[in-house]
Amino acid sequence: MQNPSSSSSSSSSTSARPSMEADLGLLRPSGGGGASSGGSASGSISMVPKEDNLVVISEESSSYPDESGIELGLGLSLGGGSGGGRCKSAVWGPYARILTAKDLPSMGLKSSSDHKSPSSLSSSSSSSSSSSMTKANFSSGTKRAADSGFSQVVGWPPIRASRMNSLASQSKSPPRDELHSTFERSKTKNGVIDLTNGGCDKNCNNLERKGQPKTSLFVKVNMDGFPIGRKVDLSAHGCYETLAKTLEDMFCKPTTTTVARGSGMEEHDVMTEATGSSKLLDGSSEFVLTYEDKEGDWMLVGDVPWGMFLNSAKRLRIMRTTEAKGLGMLKA
Amino acid sequence: MNYFPEEVLEHVFDFLKSHRDRNAVSLVCKSWYRVERFSRERVFIGNCYAINPDRLIERFPRLRSLTLKGKPHFADFNLVPHDWGGFVYPWIDAMAKRGVNLEELRLKRMVVSDEGLELLSRSFVNFKSLILVSCEGFTTDGLAAIASNCRFLRELDLQENEVEDHRGQWLSCFPDSCTSLVSLNFACLKGEVNLAALERLMARSCNLRSLKLNHAVPLDTLQKILAQAPQLVDLGTGSFVSDPDSETFRRLRTAIQKCASIKSLSGFLEVAPCCLPAIYPICLNLTTLNLSYAQGIHGSELIKLIRHCGKLQRLWILDCIGDKGLGVVASTCKELQELRVFPSDLHGDGHAAVTEEGLVAISAGCPKLHSLLYFCQQMTNAALITVAKNCPNFTRFRLCIINPTIPDPVTMQPLDEGFGAIVQSCKGLRRLSLSGLLTDQVFLYIGMYAEQLEMLSVAFAGDSDKGMLCVLNGCKKLKKLEIMDSPFGNLALLTDVGKYETMRSLWMSSCEVTLGGCKTLAKKMPRLNVEIINEGDQMEATPDDDRQKVEKMYLYRSLVGARRDAPDFVWTL
Repeated sequence: MQNPSSSSSSSSSTSARPSMEADLGLLRPSGGGGASSGGSASGSISMVPKEDNLVVISEESSSYPDESGIELGLGLSLGGGSGGGRCKSAVWGPYARILTAKDLPSMGLKSSSDHKSPSSLSSSSSSSSSSSMTKANFSSGTKRAADSGFSQVVGWPPIRASRMNSLASQSKSPPRDELHSTFERSKTKNGVIDLTNGGCDKNCNNLERKGQPKTSLFVKVNMDGFPIGRKVDLSAHGCYETLAKTLEDMFCKPTTTTVARGSGMEEHDVMTEATGSSKLLDGSSEFVLTYEDKEGDWMLVGDVPWGMFLNSAKRLRIMRTTEAKGLGMLKA
Repeated sequence: MNYFPEEVLEHVFDFLKSHRDRNAVSLVCKSWYRVERFSRERVFIGNCYAINPDRLIERFPRLRSLTLKGKPHFADFNLVPHDWGGFVYPWIDAMAKRGVNLEELRLKRMVVSDEGLELLSRSFVNFKSLILVSCEGFTTDGLAAIASNCRFLRELDLQENEVEDHRGQWLSCFPDSCTSLVSLNFACLKGEVNLAALERLMARSCNLRSLKLNHAVPLDTLQKILAQAPQLVDLGTGSFVSDPDSETFRRLRTAIQKCASIKSLSGFLEVAPCCLPAIYPICLNLTTLNLSYAQGIHGSELIKLIRHCGKLQRLWILDCIGDKGLGVVASTCKELQELRVFPSDLHGDGHAAVTEEGLVAISAGCPKLHSLLYFCQQMTNAALITVAKNCPNFTRFRLCIINPTIPDPVTMQPLDEGFGAIVQSCKGLRRLSLSGLLTDQVFLYIGMYAEQLEMLSVAFAGDSDKGMLCVLNGCKKLKKLEIMDSPFGNLALLTDVGKYETMRSLWMSSCEVTLGGCKTLAKKMPRLNVEIINEGDQMEATPDDDRQKVEKMYLYRSLVGARRDAPDFVWTL
């Protein structure tokens, strides 16, 4: 499962950068303080970055600080990223497998164009732009992480037990259902059931009285255009509305601000609502929510009573409206 | 040097509220020492093993309020075995025997037993205030004792403790005559409570200002309590779930609207987002909002809520608010001083909830920000430099990038420059936690610039002993240093042994320090306790092999020598 994507090319990450005294250009220490002691008694292993261990962190072409060096990445081009350019990560061999999950084409290009310009602190020296990450030091500390993957290292991340517990229990006791009193908006033209107060109320009230749902019903959810799927616990919801909202949040987190610029931070989300209703259900968005039932057929979500849906849904798919129409699921 | 009669000195000292000031005046001369010690009523002990109860009581006979801290900070993250120590019983016992008129006890990271609580409740007739933070070892039976016996109890505040819940009737143990409660916080309890008893207690506690409920208290009860307690200043809801069309909910809205004094809100341990609008009316006045346990509120609802909170000074929130949400915070909460963003999902399913963008937005919008705890998936040097420029007033800066050795994803550089900018710009920085890929360079910066730094937390950072040496050498005010998984060894440990007597404690785990190094240190510095935590009997077999690395070392200065309550797996060298 490890996928070090070997970065294209180029030149780059040459040899181990010389000692850390060649500081990265800022804040040149005058005397070096006590730092001039005989160095690495701890025998740090300096690892030469190897091409085949490079991992693409994000899609953007990681532009290297150009030599005139107001570096720190501000010259980012947003243009697509063929993997990493001169991606000089140090050896992360064992970390690569952890990073792959995250480096998936994320929602947005993390544009730094709205960052302020780098400080005057950074006067660069060209040495700073050369690969400076030689040593992800594996000699000691990182060994624990290397062995077991950082998420299982005891003591990391530094979160209190009480918070960890509440995170862990989140999947078992998901948020209570919403009870929208204004369901009028959920009426649609294409036959989705008008979710009345009554129906949802009953479900939600039942949950309220009975306490937590006893069994969870996790089903896979895939959205067209997203290679990685999610899972959602159907039994955590009492009605279609809350399910749809959850899915919208899952697939359309705020990082979809592909064009976030300036203070406006405008979003071009396709699905996020401003009001309360879910676009997934009312047919107004570019996507519709469908599910595969026990018989293997793909159905539009919302037609049957919630309880019946719970019993028959095997998995969900957020499908493009165009495709759904093509399949005859929606009236054109 | 007595120009004034002692009564005058004592009166002057009364104006000194901070422990540091009092400690300072007691060093001036013997007579000031004497006057100060007889007049000090509130004592703070940062490490319960630095001194013992007898000496404490000897020096401060008029002790009324005691604050004790026990386990090292990394105990919060499961790095310290449960029975390591930090028992409060000997303190309670000693104070009881010597007739201390104890009124207030505040404990952090200590082991508290039911017997201790029972003894506490019976020994001090004027006992008023018990605050337990991150403690463990007791059950609701102990709470029942406190409730039953402390006749003038004003404050019972349980924060994030591990309490064994016997589902007893501890709340019912408050006698009918008890009307003195000002503050009650039992949010961390996991079990059911007797709702009727709670309502009755609240009804007769007309001085109640602060109330934090646990998840077992439903909205219906909350509504009844609020109707009787409109003077509340600080509220933590339990379960906040209801049908918005119901009578209960309508009554809640009415009750909340009358609570004009609420400045601090927390809880929402279970929540139906459609009920949130009920609290909008009080959002306008909120200065503190803690939604860090409110898993049930989605990002969009969080944002809607925040838009109402223009006066917020302190905000604790989950990262599902997202960068966009932080932008809303930045534009709404101009008075913000403290921000904590906790992770809502550790498995990083692809979508980073908050990144450096959110932090930059906050720094740009909230000029008064001085305290930060920020969990994120990534950070860049550029962002940190910008933040440093925008907010030069940081006193506490704790950044936790979930992947501990990730570099700046844009430049692939370590984060040395970013943190360097922070320490250079924030001249008042007292507490710093590092993360991300870091070399010795960052420590060079810290040693050079972080002049006021008192506490530093390091994980997976540095290349050589030089890093640690820079810090020990440069940070003159350093009190607590805790390091995990970093390549610092004996050279760093032993170069300046005197430094540790100027600090409260040093923790090193999974570093390069060897048994021999620790033994050497212990031998040179008799007033330090150098403890090795030897779990799993790794070292039992070869206790004389000085070359073996020590998995966990905790050392601290102490006036009373090695502690006698250490368990088998803790060796004091």
